[in-house]
Amino acid sequence: MQTKLLTRRFDTPNSRSIATYLADGGYAGLKKALTGMQPAEVIEEVKKSSLRGRGGAGFPTGMKWGFVPVNSPKPKYVVCNADESEPGTCKDRELMEKDPHQLIEGLLIAAYALLSKQVFIYIRGEYWYLIAILEQAIAEAREHGFIGKNICGTSFECEIVVHPGAGAYICGEETALLNSLEGYRGHPRIKPPFPAVAGLYGCPTVVNNVETFCAVPHIIVHGGDWYRSLGTEKSGGTKIFSVSGHVNRPGNYEVRMGYPLKQLIEEDCGGIRGGRKLKAVIPGGSSVPIMTAEEVEQATLDYEGMAKAGSLLGSGGVIVMDETTDIFMTTYNLIRFYNHESCGWCTPCREGTDWLLKLFKKIARGEGTTADLDTIRRLCPNIEGRSHCPLGDAAVWPITSAMKKFPEDFLKHVKPATAVPSAA
Amino acid sequence: MPTFADVLTPEFDRQADAIIARYPQKRSAILPLLHLVQNACNYVPEDGMRFIAKKLGLNMNDVYETLTFYSMLFTEPIGTYHIQLCRTISCYLCGAPQIREHLEKRLGIRPGQKTPDGRFRLSEVECIGACSAAPAMQINFDFHEHLTPEKVDAILDALP
Ligand SMILES: NC(=O)C1=CN([C@@H]2O[C@H](COP(=O)(O)OP(=O)(O)OC[C@H]3O[C@@H](n4cnc5c(N)ncnc54)[C@H](O)[C@@H]3O)[C@@H](O)[C@H]2O)C=CC1
Ligand SMILES: Cc1cc2nc3c(=O)[nH]c(=O)nc-3n(C[C@H](O)[C@H](O)[C@H](O)COP(=O)(O)O)c2cc1C
Ligand code: SF4
Ligand code: FES
Repeated sequence: MQTKLLTRRFDTPNSRSIATYLADGGYAGLKKALTGMQPAEVIEEVKKSSLRGRGGAGFPTGMKWGFVPVNSPKPKYVVCNADESEPGTCKDRELMEKDPHQLIEGLLIAAYALLSKQVFIYIRGEYWYLIAILEQAIAEAREHGFIGKNICGTSFECEIVVHPGAGAYICGEETALLNSLEGYRGHPRIKPPFPAVAGLYGCPTVVNNVETFCAVPHIIVHGGDWYRSLGTEKSGGTKIFSVSGHVNRPGNYEVRMGYPLKQLIEEDCGGIRGGRKLKAVIPGGSSVPIMTAEEVEQATLDYEGMAKAGSLLGSGGVIVMDETTDIFMTTYNLIRFYNHESCGWCTPCREGTDWLLKLFKKIARGEGTTADLDTIRRLCPNIEGRSHCPLGDAAVWPITSAMKKFPEDFLKHVKPATAVPSAA
Repeated sequence: MPTFADVLTPEFDRQADAIIARYPQKRSAILPLLHLVQNACNYVPEDGMRFIAKKLGLNMNDVYETLTFYSMLFTEPIGTYHIQLCRTISCYLCGAPQIREHLEKRLGIRPGQKTPDGRFRLSEVECIGACSAAPAMQINFDFHEHLTPEKVDAILDALP
């Protein structure tokens, strides 16, 4: 069963208008923070909530905000990562489409907590129609005195600018995003320094995912303890999972952290299409290891639970595959994706994903041997951990996990390598 | 298709200035300005790039270098309708390959090509954030989801 907090207004008529948002108690969190709390108290409340970044890495949000130097002489920036391009993930789109004011309120509370006057929403160019929706909401918020100078009658001032990307998966990586927002090619930077210390234009910058910011008003209104209690001790609150693939009712589902993955698939999503059997699940967007049906049985949807079950929670993109799925072909599909999206900056990822793709193509043509599978196995550790940014790792995990967990799907595409001497 | 000279009205110039004014540093305006030019001209012509360079105090190389990184920006006419079919995993699982075949047959072109009359360009793209409504495509900026061959026909037939 869903626990609707961030998605609770999705079915409200005119949910994106400020009138309905205010009628549903909207902007109470912002008013409470501005008129009754010190910025440090806001950060403290977010720490208490044990909210962890919903972009995929799950870093504690309050701790990240706490890393921003309080007395920086430079301006500080808040950046919303609305680049959402992880295959299988489509939750941020619905959050912005159906309830833009929830995001705006979260952004303003964050800006207050960090004493930032400037917020950017970096949104992928493909979500062009959402730019108009966000700008309309920003205009409404301004009319009501929530954006601009003297917000809620206090001395706090803040502006929000929506910035379009132009097609590049890597620009979701926060430092690539910052380079892109500065007007350069979207190549990632080396971390540390983390953006919290040196981000946009070299200034302290907090980058968070859309869903992370959307949780903030609820934490301020109801308190961090209340929010945490919705989930598990270490993974507080609720999380939205985008379910896609072979289920009867695909869609975005908001559940308490710690919810059983099997129940999400079987009950909420109505089970597998055509009454077929489950074969595999990629639970956290394409970058995380694939799970077998057996691993799904006991898995719970929280950071610790997913790690225990042999994968990662990631961005919450649950990709479900039935028994007819050929895991070699889905893995081929993903390596093609990563090869296409490699930004080309570093050699292991640029060249490595090229080689991997060539081998997968060869095998798909029916010309592969078991020696090619060995070559793939040898290539992967030369990319993983050796690339400039995590995209290189993300390209490899789906392959190594699929080859280990579904070896027969790979073997059936290749011939024995008897006559072919394997390379050293 | 309008040339950049047609597009460059005082109003366009004012829009460009308003975009630049949003940023603490001018160069940040480069992507929104490239979109502005492309949406008006169907692609980014050379004089459009020159205009942006001049506005931002950059040289042509800077603009060209940034532009070529991004898959949504084009330096040649795109075509009236840019069909961008998602080929990534969720869409793949839900029948994107059949939709591609159908589009190829109907339009007589392969991904990456344009119809001779310049009306359609077919592209295969990576995940567009419609995974729960797969298979999906965009025509220009519009999303079309839960595609079937029949639905694709109806969508294309309805285009002006
Ligand atoms: N939502 C999506 O569309 C996608 C999400 N991802 C996810 O992205 C994840 C990887 O993201 P990364 O940003 O590389 O992870 P990361 O672990 O480097 O960072 C996570 C966040 O915590 C901050 N952080 C970490 N340590 C810090 C410190 N010591 N001081 C200050 N701040 C600190 C970072 O700045 C960042 O904002 C993957 O786990 C993957 O699931 C990947 C692709 C697409
Ligand atoms: C290749 C790559 C792509 C990423 N894409 C996104 C993305 O589209 N959206 C997002 O929120 N985070 C994305 N991330 C994670 C961000 O770098 C960063 O961790 C996140 O925006 C921080 O926000 P959070 O703490 O709220 O999760 C990506 C990371 C990598 C390595
Ligand atoms: S790992 Fe890939 S995406 Fe990351 S910097 Fe290197 S080439 Fe670019
Ligand atoms: S995989 Fe096609 S829209 Fe995400």
